[in-house]
Amino acid sequence: MRRLSDAFGDTKDTKDTKDTKEDRNVGVIEAPVNAIELTNVSKIYRKYTGRQFATLKSALLQRSIMRDLQPDETFPALSDVSFQVRRGSTYGVIGRNGSGKSTALKLVAGITKPTTGTVRVEGRISALIELGAGFHPEISGRENVFINGIMLGLTKRQIQQRFDEIVDFAELREFIDAPVKTYSSGMYMRLGFAVAIHVDPDVLLVDEVLAVGDEGFTHKCLDKFAEFRRRGKTILLVTHSLNLVERFCDDAVWLDAGHAKSHGDPKRVVGAYLTAVEQSEEQLLAETTAKAVDEATREAQASHAGEGAAEQPADPTSNMFQATEGRWGSREIEILDVVLLDAGGHASFVFHTGEPMTIRFRVRAQAPTDDFVFGVGLFNAEGICCYGTNTYIEEMTPEHLIGEAEASFSIDSLDLVEGTYKLDVAVHKRDGYPYDYHRLLYTFRVKSRTRDVGIYRPKHEWRFSPNVHFKP
Amino acid sequence: MIANLANLFRYRGLIQSLVARELKARYRGSVLGFFWSFFNPLLLLTIYSFVFTVIMPGLHPPDIEPFALFMFCGILPWTWFSSSLIEASSSLISGGNLIKKVLFPAEVLPIVNVLANMVHFFFGLPILVLFLIYYRHPPDPTDLIWFPVTVLVQLIFTTALGLLLAALTVHFRDLRDILSNLLTLWFFATPIIYSIQSAPGLSKRVLDFNPMTHIIVSYQEILFYPGQIGHWKWLLAMGAASIVLFLGGYWVFDRLRDSFAEVV
Repeated sequence: MRRLSDAFGDTKDTKDTKDTKEDRNVGVIEAPVNAIELTNVSKIYRKYTGRQFATLKSALLQRSIMRDLQPDETFPALSDVSFQVRRGSTYGVIGRNGSGKSTALKLVAGITKPTTGTVRVEGRISALIELGAGFHPEISGRENVFINGIMLGLTKRQIQQRFDEIVDFAELREFIDAPVKTYSSGMYMRLGFAVAIHVDPDVLLVDEVLAVGDEGFTHKCLDKFAEFRRRGKTILLVTHSLNLVERFCDDAVWLDAGHAKSHGDPKRVVGAYLTAVEQSEEQLLAETTAKAVDEATREAQASHAGEGAAEQPADPTSNMFQATEGRWGSREIEILDVVLLDAGGHASFVFHTGEPMTIRFRVRAQAPTDDFVFGVGLFNAEGICCYGTNTYIEEMTPEHLIGEAEASFSIDSLDLVEGTYKLDVAVHKRDGYPYDYHRLLYTFRVKSRTRDVGIYRPKHEWRFSPNVHFKP
Repeated sequence: MIANLANLFRYRGLIQSLVARELKARYRGSVLGFFWSFFNPLLLLTIYSFVFTVIMPGLHPPDIEPFALFMFCGILPWTWFSSSLIEASSSLISGGNLIKKVLFPAEVLPIVNVLANMVHFFFGLPILVLFLIYYRHPPDPTDLIWFPVTVLVQLIFTTALGLLLAALTVHFRDLRDILSNLLTLWFFATPIIYSIQSAPGLSKRVLDFNPMTHIIVSYQEILFYPGQIGHWKWLLAMGAASIVLFLGGYWVFDRLRDSFAEVV
């Protein structure tokens, strides 16, 4: 409650704030280095199951109030997290959904208390956690600005002084006397943001609020943050925008399932985070692929047993561009497995634009044959064929295949834009009679740090005449 | 806890503006607006008068005249009491956004509900004055100094219960439904539409255990019955008990405070 009461003016009798004041008199150099300090902080949320919803009456009758108030299960939102934010620096918190980012922010804001460990914050806080949380829909924007400002710890006079600035920042001058319930969600957020930012805090907590408003407003918010930085204020930023963290933050922490996985230089932290995201994506893709292959195989077997003939589209080429996954064929030559290999020869499901990729498939021929064609096709998420080829098109004449064999299709440079792709792999006769056709069963992702669009990224280079300059 | 109590004083600006907001928002958009503060008790009184003078005139005790005025002395403070408790009990849940997303002193919410209803109570007073004039039934001026005391006791008592209910309802949502039924029972267990004198021996002793009895009887003695107020000892005892209850209620609230942001 210390900080809470500080927010409401009259700070003389609270010791910590007095210290801060003296520090300010002495000068910034001797002020505490850290504006925010989390030391071995754990936060355990209690989960209540069935019994919690027993009525008070039954609880009284069974004298089980105390027992019912005990949690049945606990959920650690943060486990032993420590980090320090230097005064005047901007600190980024990244991590997946549910990793404890918002919990950390709420602890710093003082909205919830840590289960163990300590949270220390110097100076007045303003938390942009939920914008306009205290707005009352029935009353006007003007009145809401005043009440919201008072809630955030300003006095009436201070709000009066800043009122015009707030309204101009929110770009709501003509609507300020309309009830807030008539506002669009963007207007609502803008007004909430404007009030919160004009509290003039020493420490600003931001939880993914830059997503509000249009492009122009986002820019304005970023400018405001930059101004805060110049004035030596501390900013704690929780965001999914890694770009923002790299560009804006002096330090960052990556939270994963309540643990601080890595902290320090934002570039390094973001890099570590991205690697982990790729790994889990890879796992997910592996599962998707395994499931697709499994299902298609089972379906093919079922129809095989039922009709005695392989189910096959009337004309496989006719629906080349219609993407429905499946597996068909006589299995005289069977595809045993398909793996995608990265530059190092490791099986992978996530590749980067420009890296090499090899599609390796193992097959088994039940009887010796001289009529076989290996083919591959690459499709993007919309089902558009990005590339397709086979050994027949490339004028390779089959001669002999017996037993287990291996075929590899190597791409030197995967020149595709970022996205999810699916793969066709097939073995068939030269006339199209399918031995084993795997349609869209294999999924992989291509990642790219460039946000270019389209399907194909040709190798390219920009050149300019000497009078054209770009920032390095 | 003591420090937090002291902070309550700091929040007076916040409480003040929230009460103002509550009152403004309440009737925003209705045609009659603030007049509803006058009409609501008036309509309620009309209904009770109709029941007791036209439908069941037999139930109307002959020694209390004018009966409508007598009932009004009780209904007005009772409305303050019961609507405060109903609103306060769900105040933390409906104000969940503030508690979860903003650093906000939670105790302000039930207190604002009690105070906003007190203002409504004050708006009803001019009607009461009109009734007193209409029936030519002037109260004893020396009794009137007890009126603010009674209001204060009721304020402390209601706030105490409001804080307690608000904190407990967060954990036991059933309290809201239990409360609305309990308040109906409580209404009839308080001498509002009958006089405490007309209650038979045993039930009078039971009524004495009801704190609201003493508050309502005080209002009746100040405004309705002629002569000296005979109930002041009870009233002061109630005041002392209310302060103790308030400290207890605040203590419970303070103990549960940390759980609000998680459970709401």
